[in-house]
Amino acid sequence: MKEKETKPGWKELPAGGLIIGGGTARDFKTGDWRSNRPVLIPEKCISCLTCWMYCPDSAVIVKDGKVVGFDYDHCKGCGICEHECPVKGKAIKMISEKEAKNK
Amino acid sequence: MAKTNIVAKTGNEAMADAMRQINPDVVAAYPITPATEIVQIFSGYVADGLVKTEFVPVESEHSAMSACIGASAAGGRAMTGTSSQGLALMAEMLYVASGLRLPIVLADVNRALSSPINIHCDHSDTMMLKESGWIQIFSENAQEGYDNMIQAVRIAEKARLPVIVTTDGFIISHGMERIEILSDEDVKNFVGEYKPEQYLLNSAAPITIGALDLPDYYFEHRRQAAEAMKEAKSIILDISKEYGQKFGRSYGLFEEYKLSDAELVIVAMGSTAGTTKVVVDELRASGVKAGLLKPRVFRPFPKDEIASALKGAKAIAVLDRSDSMNGNEGPVCLEVKAALYDKGLAKPVVDYIFGLGGREIRLQDVEMVYNDLASMLKGKTFDKVNYMGVRE
Ligand code: SF4
Ligand code: SF4
Repeated sequence: MKEKETKPGWKELPAGGLIIGGGTARDFKTGDWRSNRPVLIPEKCISCLTCWMYCPDSAVIVKDGKVVGFDYDHCKGCGICEHECPVKGKAIKMISEKEAKNK
Repeated sequence: MAKTNIVAKTGNEAMADAMRQINPDVVAAYPITPATEIVQIFSGYVADGLVKTEFVPVESEHSAMSACIGASAAGGRAMTGTSSQGLALMAEMLYVASGLRLPIVLADVNRALSSPINIHCDHSDTMMLKESGWIQIFSENAQEGYDNMIQAVRIAEKARLPVIVTTDGFIISHGMERIEILSDEDVKNFVGEYKPEQYLLNSAAPITIGALDLPDYYFEHRRQAAEAMKEAKSIILDISKEYGQKFGRSYGLFEEYKLSDAELVIVAMGSTAGTTKVVVDELRASGVKAGLLKPRVFRPFPKDEIASALKGAKAIAVLDRSDSMNGNEGPVCLEVKAALYDKGLAKPVVDYIFGLGGREIRLQDVEMVYNDLASMLKGKTFDKVNYMGVRE
């Protein structure tokens, strides 16, 4: 019953499972699938943007040509950013969600 | 009354001609006996520039339905024709079409399913898909096939459900009949222009079609489709009525032939209904109160209406041109019985599975069924399911 409070009933949904409108992937938050998350170590980052290019979820946030953090609503914690970071010792560190919560 | 043209055509020619007059945007098809000719003739119309249709010759029926789904989702009118194994090969995509609520129209020429291999008529192919969410309209002859095809376009688009229009393999598809064809202009005006609300090629209002639908939404979408099927009944009636008013040939959800005062009633679909009418006439001439109920629309099944129409019957025989392989009755008989039960009508109903793989049904066979019904009233008992015309 509680479902009905957050999700539309069959009469309200577009027929045939259509998704109306463009760019709707932004609204589909996939971050809760994650068990590990990337954390930036800003003093190590050389802003090469390699992580930004490789992220399959466009979850690396860049401002004025600099990586400033991650969009945790969409980052799935795959660790590709950390793996690809060319800096010695890595400017990105993957930590467990449990660890992140306790911080 | 609209001008009609009286011509001699086979069922397949009639279906192809209906398609020419409808002039769909896309036809994708693969040849299969006995439906091959429909799209073969139609491809000639395409080559001769008589239609504006994009004809897609595909490498299988699965692809044919996939192409129709793509075309329909893009915003076009899409049609195809097939039969038996071809319909079976489409099965996966037929569910996709109905689930996406795409108004595709399919001419299915009824044929037995393998194995053993058989190219002749029975209704197993369409019946296999009675749960697929496609509207199913059966035709007694080429004329009905033609008329049903033209109406199907409107029905599909209004109901937002795909439609199968059937004709009996070889009996209708290859038999030449006198039929009345409407003028191209009349068909064009009747089907009108297809204006879908949402379609993929409309870049002004982008949509996603066919997204993942997990436990949190799938059920709701199936519920929508179930409701659409329920509502399709009145849509079919409205469009059939309009067709009747414009062109003089009226169709309902089913046909009642000398049924109002009938005591011995046969329920039969497709070409066998025609054979049954001849027997009904003969029996009536000798004072027997025989009648026929011919379902035209098998999906949605007009349960309440059929039960009411059978109210006066004293004994009912259902002719099933396919077997449900369920250890019990055939598919049509089950539906008829369920309809009667819901209305509290406890009538003797006996099922005759007949004509599988094109086994002939003769006037004597139908007469025998009426005789059985008569002796049933006198107390003789029958098996619930009988296999008519099979060698013991
Ligand atoms: S962990 Fe994967 S999804 Fe998350 S930011 Fe890094 S590359 Fe992107
Ligand atoms: S790949 Fe490493 S160094 Fe390059 S921008 Fe990303 S975090 Fe910074």
